[in-house]
Amino acid sequence: MIYDALVAPFVEFAFMRRALVGALALALGGGPVGVFLMLRRMSLTGDAMAHAILPGAAIGFLVYGLSLPAMTFGGLAAGFAVALLAGVVARVTVLREDASLAAFYLVSLALGVVIVSLKGSNVDLLHVLFGTVLALDDATLILLACVATITLASLALIYRPLALECADPNFLRSVSPRAGGIAHLVFLALVVLNLVAGFHALGTLLAVGLMMLPAATARFWSADVTIMTIVAVGVGTVSGYAGLVVSYHAGLPAGPTIILVAGILYLVSLFAGSAGGLARNLWPGRHLEA
Amino acid sequence: MTAPALRFDDVTLAYDRHPAVHHLSGAVEAGALVAVVGPNGAGKSTLLKGIVGALKPAGGRIEHGPAARRIAYLPQMAEIDRSFPMSVYDLVAMGLWSRVGLFGGIGRREAGRVADALAAVGLTGFERRPIGTLSGGQMQRALFARLLLQDAELILLDEPFAAIDAKTSADLLDLVRRWHGEKRTILAVLHDVDLVRRAFPQALLIAREPIAWGETAAALAPENMLKARRMIEAFDPHAHACHRDAA
Repeated sequence: MIYDALVAPFVEFAFMRRALVGALALALGGGPVGVFLMLRRMSLTGDAMAHAILPGAAIGFLVYGLSLPAMTFGGLAAGFAVALLAGVVARVTVLREDASLAAFYLVSLALGVVIVSLKGSNVDLLHVLFGTVLALDDATLILLACVATITLASLALIYRPLALECADPNFLRSVSPRAGGIAHLVFLALVVLNLVAGFHALGTLLAVGLMMLPAATARFWSADVTIMTIVAVGVGTVSGYAGLVVSYHAGLPAGPTIILVAGILYLVSLFAGSAGGLARNLWPGRHLEA
Repeated sequence: MTAPALRFDDVTLAYDRHPAVHHLSGAVEAGALVAVVGPNGAGKSTLLKGIVGALKPAGGRIEHGPAARRIAYLPQMAEIDRSFPMSVYDLVAMGLWSRVGLFGGIGRREAGRVADALAAVGLTGFERRPIGTLSGGQMQRALFARLLLQDAELILLDEPFAAIDAKTSADLLDLVRRWHGEKRTILAVLHDVDLVRRAFPQALLIAREPIAWGETAAALAPENMLKARRMIEAFDPHAHACHRDAA
């Protein structure tokens, strides 16, 4: 009975197993990146960049059809271009980085949708906007696994300057003038990589889902960066698994269901979280002796 | 006579071409304990930013002598994101950066030095506390512990005792004296003139233009203080390009 509900779908259907592995890879890379996006107050930057990827992937689609390398390469190029352009505009004009990013991503999203509809059908458009987590082929799975591996290794390397650049940028600049800038660029590259990976499975609109929701959820359970990262990966993994199971039995679209499960976990944590959750703030209990 | 730790050669530091420090020349001897004094907007913090290289001089040059290779810089407290989830131990241990760098581990010997530094500022037992839970005085103690670990030859302090209780500032001033005894060079921006007269042998009085520099009692003489107070704080939006250095 429990076996039928929770395990059988994955034993019976290869596409469910693939979807599970894909979601796991996304959770593994996206969770930690999301935690740092949140700590750097860049939560919405991730969202904006996710949309910015679309025109690149769309041009790849226009020229080569639903080809993995073409859409990946196009998405990466567009993501890096928008990230750099927004940074440049912020530096040389009066517009702040968040405002210029918003301008770029809105243009990108509109452009992407127009480009896809030039050639494709509405089905293709849905595919691009919401992804195809149930139709991941070998090449895509390898891509997702590579992105997760690169992300974890790179984050381990730039962890110290990245954390310090959030907390005390002046100090970092005084001990190592270039480390902060390099860490920031590497981190932006990781964000784009993870968004492109998320794009293949969850589409351009939900790619940030397995990044920001687990990160925001984790913040309600710990104030320690290491633990937050672990919790975020855990939340992403659970969301991926539970979302697939629910979508299988209820006949719901898989990608959005995964994100919805992550959303439910977020709401529960918002209320019950032990580190700054709502319940804790409303009913803190009696004060301590010392 | 040893080489000076810092030499200012007609230095001008500017924001959007408006000078905040205007034509400063002079030298800081190695091992000197110098207070930087002046009214609000006099360019005191700007001078420290120029020394660490966060701000490029708009004119002149700042030379670092052999006794100013390792610099520790303590900016005004407000510039740290206290909401970032970081423990006191992690914050203080980052003072070991020049030894452990980007990737180096913190071994038993380094951990011992962190514990010593925390003990020296009276923060033993605070290791696991997030920095967001510290009071202003405790935070400043933690930052001084980090300075201790940085083991720098030149130490720059920006308003280190602002908004801090008397006991804490007395303790931290003892650390400054200890560094002075160890022949380190120290520049401290301070607004408490009585404290400067008591504890700092030399003073630089600036009000955008340098007013006086030397023995504290002479530099902070009443006529100099009056001159410093007459500085006009606002930038002149119609100012012409300065050609004094060409003369």
